[in-house]
This record gives sequence, C-alpha cells and structure tokens, in this order.
Amino acid sequence: MNRIKNKIINLVSSPYSIMVIILTVFLVYLIVIPLFGMITTTFEVGKNEVRSLGKPAGSFTLYYWMRLFASTVSKKMFYIPFLNSLTVAISASVIAIVLGCLFAWLMVRTNIPYKKFFSIALLIPYMVPSWSLSLSWLAIFKNQRIGGAKGFLGYLGLATPDWLAYGPLAIIIVLGIHYYAYAYLLVSASLQSINSELEEMGQIIGASKGKILRKVTFPLVMPAILSSVILTFTKCMGTFGVPAFLGTKVKYYTISTTLYSSMKTGQRSIGFAVACTLIVFASITVFINQKIIGQRKSYATIGGKGGRSTLIDLGKSRTLITALIILFLFLFVVFPIVVMAYETFLLRPGDFSFENLTLQHWVGRSDLRINSGEPGILQNPQFLKYVWNTLRLTFVTALIGTILGQVIGYIVARGRQHLSGRFVEQLVFMPYLIPSIAFGAMYLALFAKSRTVTLLGYEITLIPSLYGTFALLVLISIVKHLPFASRAGTANMLQISYDLEEAAHICGAGVFKRFTKILLPLSKGGFWSGFMLIFISIIKELDLLILLMTPAQQTLPYMAYSFSMESLDQLSNAVALVLFLIIFLTYWIASKFAKADISKGF
Amino acid sequence: MQKLISAKDFKTIMSQIVLNQIDKYYGKNHVLKNLDLTIEEGEFMTLLGPSGCGKTTTLRIIAGLEKPQNGTIFIGGKQVVDADEAFFASPDKRGLNLVFQSYALWPHMTVFENVAFSMTIAKIDSAHIKSKVTNALKRMRILDYAKRYPCELSGGQQQRVAIARAIVNEPPLLLLDEPLSNLDAKLRVEMRSELKRLHQELGTTIVYVTHDQVEALTMSTRVAVFFEGVLEQVADPIELYVNPASLRVADFIGNPRINIIEGSASITNDGNLEVVSDIGHMVFPSASVMEHNCPHKKEFKVCVGIRPEKIQVEPNYMEGGIEGVIYTSQPAGSETITTIHVGNSELLSKHLGLRYFNGDQHVWFSFEEEDIIVFCAETGKLIKKARTDL
Repeated sequence: MNRIKNKIINLVSSPYSIMVIILTVFLVYLIVIPLFGMITTTFEVGKNEVRSLGKPAGSFTLYYWMRLFASTVSKKMFYIPFLNSLTVAISASVIAIVLGCLFAWLMVRTNIPYKKFFSIALLIPYMVPSWSLSLSWLAIFKNQRIGGAKGFLGYLGLATPDWLAYGPLAIIIVLGIHYYAYAYLLVSASLQSINSELEEMGQIIGASKGKILRKVTFPLVMPAILSSVILTFTKCMGTFGVPAFLGTKVKYYTISTTLYSSMKTGQRSIGFAVACTLIVFASITVFINQKIIGQRKSYATIGGKGGRSTLIDLGKSRTLITALIILFLFLFVVFPIVVMAYETFLLRPGDFSFENLTLQHWVGRSDLRINSGEPGILQNPQFLKYVWNTLRLTFVTALIGTILGQVIGYIVARGRQHLSGRFVEQLVFMPYLIPSIAFGAMYLALFAKSRTVTLLGYEITLIPSLYGTFALLVLISIVKHLPFASRAGTANMLQISYDLEEAAHICGAGVFKRFTKILLPLSKGGFWSGFMLIFISIIKELDLLILLMTPAQQTLPYMAYSFSMESLDQLSNAVALVLFLIIFLTYWIASKFAKADISKGF
Repeated sequence: MQKLISAKDFKTIMSQIVLNQIDKYYGKNHVLKNLDLTIEEGEFMTLLGPSGCGKTTTLRIIAGLEKPQNGTIFIGGKQVVDADEAFFASPDKRGLNLVFQSYALWPHMTVFENVAFSMTIAKIDSAHIKSKVTNALKRMRILDYAKRYPCELSGGQQQRVAIARAIVNEPPLLLLDEPLSNLDAKLRVEMRSELKRLHQELGTTIVYVTHDQVEALTMSTRVAVFFEGVLEQVADPIELYVNPASLRVADFIGNPRINIIEGSASITNDGNLEVVSDIGHMVFPSASVMEHNCPHKKEFKVCVGIRPEKIQVEPNYMEGGIEGVIYTSQPAGSETITTIHVGNSELLSKHLGLRYFNGDQHVWFSFEEEDIIVFCAETGKLIKKARTDL
C-alpha cells in the first residue's frame, strides 16, 4: 500500500514523468488518431458514392484504392503525377544538396571574405516563401502564349520557350534554390563540430587537399548530408505551392497538386488515398536513410567538442569564388525580388517602361478596367484583416510551438537512456514524414464534424468540429512544426548540463524553481532561435493550410495564391512583398534584441 | 538504568550513513551488487576504484540523484531510501550537499549568487545570507571574486566556488565527486591539503569519490575500494596499503605497483605457512596466517607480494641475499627504480636517493619476511598479513 502511495508521489514530483504522460496523450490525439482516421476513411464508402456503389455509407470498400491504382483513370490520377513528383523531387534535391554543401564548406572551412554578410544573405532564399520564388520566376520568364502578359525577358524581346517559363525545369530550379538552405544549415553545423586537427593529421601524413576532403571531411559530415537529403526530398515530394504556380497552367501535375484538385472536386476519399501513398513513400525514404545512417550516427559526437579550427586558404581562386557567390546571390536573390517588386508598379502587365509605372496596385481604388475591379492591396478592406490573421496565427503558433518544442527537447535530452525519451522522440518525428498537403487532408478528415461518445449518460466530445476555426489552423501549424521545434529545443537543452539542475535540486529548488531559475535563463537564446525558425516556417506556409482555408481565416500566402490563380500577378506580388517585409523585420528584431540565430536550431 | 545520551553520541546519530544491500541496475547492467557500507560520523570516507566500478553511482545514490532497485539507506538514523516501499527522500531533504565533478556552477549567476542560491530559495533574509556567503567565500579564499561570473574564473577558482556553495549551509554531510580530476598536478596537491584542512575545521562527514589512489591514501580516514560494482575492502589507508584484502586491491594500490611472484604453498602440521617461490623458501608463523582463506588442500598455488620499497639491492655478495640480474635501472632524482630478473620472475625495487646499476649486472637483494604478503592464487584472497606496526 505504502509502495503504491510512494510510487505515485515519485511520479508526481518528477517533472519528467508528468511531461511524458501529458505529451504522449497530446501527441497520440493529434498525430496518431488523425492518421488512423484518414486511413480508415479510404476504406469506407463515402456519401457521394452511396448510390453508384449501392452500399450504405461507412461500409467497407476497396473502391477508392482500386480507382487510384487500377482503373482507367489511374494513369492520369496517380502514375503520371507520381513520376512527375519523383522527377522534380530527385532533381531539386540534387541541386539543393550540392549547393548547400558547397556553401557550407566555403563558409565554415575556408578563408572566404565577407563571411558575416554571406552567412545572412545565403539564408534569404530560405526566409522567402518557396511559392513567392515562383512568382519571381514568372515575373522574369513568363510568356504571352500561356495567358497573361510577358515577363521581364519577354519585354526585352527575348521570347522564352514554354519549357523554360513553366513546367518541370522551372519547378526544379525554384525548389533547388529554396531548399538548399536546409543542407546548408545542417552541414554547416556538422562541419563546425569537426576538429580541424583531424584534417591537419591528414596533411601531416601527406594527403592532398582534395584527398583530405574526400577521405576525412566528407565521411564525417555524411550523416548531416544524408539527413538533409531526406529533409529536402520529402519536402519536395509533398510541396504544393511551387508546382501549383508553375505547373498547373501547362497541365504538369505532381502528386500534391493532384491531391488538391481531387479534394476540391469532391473526391475526398481518393484525395486521402493519395495522401496515404505520399506518407508511405516518405516513410520508406526515411527508413532507408536511417538504415544507411544507422551505424554512422556515432560520428556526430566524435568531434562534438569542436575545438581549434584553422581555415583552408583558397589561394588565387579566392577572388573568383567570392565573385561567383556574389553573382549567385544577385541572380537568384536580388534580381528576382527586384523584378517582382518592379512588376507591382506596372499599370499594364508586361510593359516594363517607365511611362507605365503606377501605384494603382498598392493604393489605387477599385477600377473595373484594372484587375477585374480589385482595388490596390492597401485599399482592399480584406487586406488588413489578412495581415492580422497571418500575424496572429504566426505569433500564437510560433510561441506555443517553441514552448512545446523546448519541453519536448527537455524530455528527449534528459531521457536519451530511457525508453520513454526515445518513444517521445519517435512520436514527435512523425509529422515530419507526412507531407504538408497530406497533413492538411488528414486534419480535414478528422475535424470536419464533431464526434461524441455517450459515457454513463454524459455526452463527451472526443473530437470537436473545428473546421473553419482559427483554433484548427493553430493546432495543425503547431503539430506539423513540432519536429523542427523539438529539434531546436533538443539542441538547446543538450547544451544545459544535467548537473546544473541536480545541483539546484540539492540546494532545495523544487520543480518550478529549477525551471524558472536555472533552465529558463539558460535556454533563452536558444528559445528565440527556435522561435524564429518556426516563425519563418509558418508565416510563409501555404501547402499545409490551403485545404483548411475558409474565407474568414485567410492568410497572406493564400491571398497571394488566389490572386495568382486569377492571373492578377501584380497584386499577388505586392502581397508577397508585404510578407517579405514582415519576415525580414521580425528576423531583424529577433536577432538584434533576442540574439536569435536560426542556424542554432540545427 | 538507562544510559543518558551524551552530546557526542547524539552527534554520531546525526550523520552516520548506513547503506544496506543496495542494488542498482541500468537496464540489464548490474552496476552495484548488494552493497553494504557504514560511514561513521566525522569520517573522511573515500570511495576508490577504476572507472566504471560503481563509486560515483554509490555517491549519487547517497545524494538521492539515483534510485537503487533494492536496499535501504539511513542518514543520521533517519531512513531516506527504502526501495521495497519505493520510498526515496528528495535530495534536499537529506541534509547534505554535493560538489560535482564538473563543478556545475550556474553560468548565468555571479559567484555570490551561486553560493547564495540555496538560501535565496529558502527565503532567508538578505543580511543573514550576506554574512554566510561572505564567510564561505572567505574560507575558500575567493571573496575578491564574488561579483564575477564563473566563466571569468580559472579552473582552480571555479573549484573553490563549487566547494563554497556546498559548505555555505554547513551541511552535516558533504559529498565530493572526483573534485580534483580537472585540475593540473600542482593545483591538485594544493587543493588536497585545503580539503583535508576543511575536514578538520568543519568536522563534517565527507564522502569523497576518486580513482586517484594518492588522493585516497593521503586524505581519508577510511577507504572503500570498489571493483565492478562490488565493495572489495573497507580499511584505513595504511591497512589498505600494507594488507590489501585481495590481489586486485594490491595491484590497484601503490605506485610503482606491487611485486607479485607465483609460488606454491602448504600448511604445516603446526599451522605454519610454507611457501616456495623464485625468491626463496619461507615459513610464516601461524599467527600471521589467515587459515580460513586458505583452500582445504595439502598443497596449493599462491601469489607472493612484496612492495618495491621493501627490497634492498646491493652490488656485492650479501649474506642471506638472493642473486639476481639487473634488467634496467631508472634513477629519477629523489628515487631509483630498478628492475631485477630472478628465476622466471621480475621484481621492481624502489630506493630513495640515487643508485646506479648497469644492465645485466649481477646483484644481491634482500627483504624482511614480515613485509611479505601472500595471496591464494585461486581465490585472490589474502592469506598472510604483513606487519603494520612501524
């Protein structure tokens, strides 16, 4: 009896076990149940098919899966989009990984000049939403043949062929330029932790620079490279924005755009089945990757101490490489944004001359001859509401998400040797496997209508109907970004030695005091870095929220997307620019006043 | 008639530590095996052993930072652990403090705030805190650094802060986890004398974990030696050095290490121990023999042990000496270590002062039979003691 009483006291007085219990319930409810719900939906007869299948709604059927994999429409609905997605994802990942590794190596290990400037400038493509890069792409390359006006090159008299303006090549390049940041951040962190003495040892035994790079440095950063491969590849597989902007107009569908259109055309169960295949595919990739990384994982800790780092002299090529990076930044960062911004001042689209400049798209009143009567965005009564929606969603989500991430980080960092710690780590990792658009589909399936059970005469709402509410957007954004948030939290908590907490415990500090007096002050810097990481990721979010958007809850990315779908490119660009401004301003404030550094989250 | 409890007895009850049948597992790894240990009031008890032997785990179990799966612990007569009942008193309710190997100074607090933390938590008035902290800092001679942050201090100064933080409340029990391992050799000697002095002045019970035998031998009142989770011997430093309870302990303690020569032995009818080995034929009187550790056989294998400093080496023939051949000789200023080959065995001799021998030179060496210890080769247990009176 006493034993049980004491066991309960032990459980309640340990912050670790309380957190594990609460989190497990939370995660199972928000990840495992929705996933399960979505999978079962694909095997049940939906309302729309009751008549055609002659079965009652909810009964078991393989109809949707058969239709997806083995019917006359399978090729169009699944196989072609799937191959397209695969092509795009593999090619974009190759570009992203090569660029990211190259930049990381140059920044960390060589004596390249202007490091401080480059290290910020190289992250801009990551801070800018991927779909807005496609807006820039269109601003430069689009042609008249596919509806609408000429792009900048077209204005200069260079007719751009369709294959360059739209379709796979455009998608691949835009995704590659956006996602190299992941490889760059991960590989940089890994390179920084390698003691340069390891490379110097190679020099002493007479290996050439190239050989050292291949035989010493490369194997050591291999785990980081492989994890950026999965991160980039699964992101590209599930990405919606870029193929929607650059592919749909030429009927180049990927699996995510197919998923979106089947959801929108009332074929929800098929959409869910597509989402399931996306998840399975992502899981397989991660599984293979972990098999490869498995035994190599230990490398990460060998150089964990870091230590002295001597830089490699680039010699004569230093100037050339610097010039190439600047050229890269100009071509892929500065130029697209400038052209895009310039386009918002054009009265007639496609005419880049000075006489054509106007402020109509920013401050103009509604005029039926321009933009089908849409007023300039600053005159649009909806615009302020959307800004507010975006800011509210982003701040609330990033704050809650970061706090949760730190708590999970605490459990993972402290519980490495416990089964519970590893369990939570795996559970938190799950949203990572589920592509954004599939995640949206999953939540749509679960929260569309409320489900209640009657227990002892009381009605208990298990799942409330949240569709169309702000809460649902917050919930999905938090859960989807948990892997990132908890990764940042783990990195942060691992820096705080457990001794410090134990010392406080011996000094008589209880759970609460230990948290407020020791953990919180020590994790402040990491907290804001983690916050910025999630903030940037959520504010530009389109893929995740697009299926859940209702008119009252629209955000800026969605506004830009709708304008672009109506070929109102100037308005779309203007919205994207406002979004950049918000992102850069927040980042500047966070790094200035809270010493946030998003590279610390990796 | 009931005996009145004197003040001294009362204090004994206050911080005696009794560990009963403690078992600790990490997963399937059995790191402490049925440990029984009693630490008396005012003792300086050192837990000694190679890395991974369970000494730090024992300390953390006493502190309450680890929970054993079996056993009970009493501190000052009060039960703090009863594994069967799943009862584990919180570390702060045990009347102790701990100095961590890493020092575990809070980097965001100044030296003063670090030392004052426990009292700030307890909401003691600031004047009282100030006088106590000042006192502790003065004792550790770091009062000048009160306003600095830990990162602005050297390793030795950080160490002093860590100790000041642990003693500020004058806990009846002070635990130290390898506190000197991160200091350089010179500072270590200095801190050793400082800690010994602290023990004398405060009179608190100290439990000290180290893998350094010199620390253990120089500072402790008693030493507990651990191997692979088993408590092998608890003894005062001299007993531990002269009469180690087992071959393992003998081998672990002493630098240069003890000479071990294989031989065979038998017990004579009058209880004497007769040993034959490369260093001669010896008969030890029954008084020095621990017969209960001997195997019940007529003849058995033994290991004969003798400390290097107990062997005298002479270049010329010596009456009663044993002839050997020099392998190498290492003069090092204050002492000379000589390696001698005799029969199939190798012996080390340590001589205070300088001696010069050439390789392959024939020498004669001698020792007192009373300084010899003998172990049973099969069980590794001590079966013949050396004299401890000097």
